[in-house]
Amino acid sequence: MPNLVEIRDLHFSYGKRAILAGLHMDFPKGKVVAVMGGSGSGKTTVLRLIGGQIRPKTGQVSVDGQIVHQLKTSDLYLLRRKMGMLFQHGALFTDLTVFENVAFPLREHTDLPEELIRDLVLMKLHAVGLRNAARLKPGEISGGMARRVALARSIALDPQLIMYDEPFAGLDPISMGVTANLIRNLNDALGSTSILVSHDVKESFTIADYVYFLSQGKIVAHGTPADMMVSTDPYVKQFVHAEADGPVPFHYPGKSLAEDLGLGARA
Amino acid sequence: MIGRRLLADIGNTVRDYVESLGYATRVFFTMIGLSGGLWRRPRLVVEQLHFIGNYSLLIITLSGLFVGMVLGLQGYYTLTKYGASESLGLLVALGLTRELGPVITALLFAGRAGTSLTAEIGLMKAGEQLSAMEMMAVNPIQRVLAPRFWAGVVAVPLLASIFSAVGIFGGYLVGVKLIGVDAGAFWSQMQSGVDLWKDVFNGFVKSVVFGIAIMFIALYQGYEARPTPEDVAGATTRTVVVSSLMIWWLDFMLTALMFSR
Repeated sequence: MPNLVEIRDLHFSYGKRAILAGLHMDFPKGKVVAVMGGSGSGKTTVLRLIGGQIRPKTGQVSVDGQIVHQLKTSDLYLLRRKMGMLFQHGALFTDLTVFENVAFPLREHTDLPEELIRDLVLMKLHAVGLRNAARLKPGEISGGMARRVALARSIALDPQLIMYDEPFAGLDPISMGVTANLIRNLNDALGSTSILVSHDVKESFTIADYVYFLSQGKIVAHGTPADMMVSTDPYVKQFVHAEADGPVPFHYPGKSLAEDLGLGARA
Repeated sequence: MIGRRLLADIGNTVRDYVESLGYATRVFFTMIGLSGGLWRRPRLVVEQLHFIGNYSLLIITLSGLFVGMVLGLQGYYTLTKYGASESLGLLVALGLTRELGPVITALLFAGRAGTSLTAEIGLMKAGEQLSAMEMMAVNPIQRVLAPRFWAGVVAVPLLASIFSAVGIFGGYLVGVKLIGVDAGAFWSQMQSGVDLWKDVFNGFVKSVVFGIAIMFIALYQGYEARPTPEDVAGATTRTVVVSSLMIWWLDFMLTALMFSR
């Protein structure tokens, strides 16, 4: 299966703080690929680089054969029409109803008649189980429902690539399972490719075809979920089995406790 | 050593200032350049015009009325000293159309609509709504900033003319109805003394310029605010402070250009 997204020797930093260092990743067409890692490991940055919202320091990201950071703004916008992105908190437009939120990309990018837009929006909302919430405002629905509306909005134009930024964060177990199934089913129904950024092991492993583990801007392990479950890599083991001890320290790096308490001289 | 550090600090500050000015200019021209699409979707501007203009209408009308009434009172006391109380209508009308109408409307507009726009856009940014728009291949400068900008540029002169008209009525209420200045003299002095181009049109030009300044400051502050509660709050305050200072400065420059000879 050819790759829809390819990342080659990607480096990125905010000022002098290195975020990503030398990533190589492949996202084959039709697959659901999870990018996992702790908070601050650079997962979301990968999505922002794929979407062209930030530029790499060196290396490149190519989507559908086009190198993202070399595109003109107009071409980048054309490429983004093939992408859908689900933001961590949904990022719904709070001044628009659920219906208008899903209709937004259709109204912006197509000249479809109103009746057709209505039917399309209702079908997308039906797919996420919220057709009857069409008239509500984002403030009137729960966080899990907002996430599903945002999902309906991100697939409004039937994108080739769907990116999910922490789709499970802050959801109750039922919503979590519902969202996970939706991600897998939508990917297969639309024939698209999904990139799932998450730190939720159980749900991600259930639906992903392949997993990348990211720590401190580097890929520390990758493989199928089954491989990862039995991996002996210390980081993967600590992460998958949620262990307190392992290569990821509990304490933020810096001075030792003895130094901070002024006990250094006596020791 | 200290001297060199001071010099470096000054240099950095100046460079940062010039850089942010350059960036703001670029955003401004990008927004103007992307405004062409609004001709195809005028509804976007009309919606904002309704939102921005309509909600400022009450405060503008009430302020206009009171400013006109006070102008009537104060003007009458001064003019009677010179036996020129018939010129009250002229004084009220000139004061309002040339200066008070455009300037006070602009200040009130910055406080009423400018702040709410800064907060709205700042919070849209904090809620990742602008990022989401970008990822949907919609440029937020075109879709969010431009329609609001033009709505404000249209709204300010309209509000300023309402302010002046209601103000003249306020001056009439106090001068003619309360104090008893002759109504014929009040209106006829105004009619012969106020020049359509020199006074009314120049006042209109002023309010257009103020509208452009306030709208861009308010939108830019919101657009550039870091997405945190403190920064959005700070941006809202800056909108009022920067717009007010800008209005005074522009007013002085425009008055000097328009009315000096």
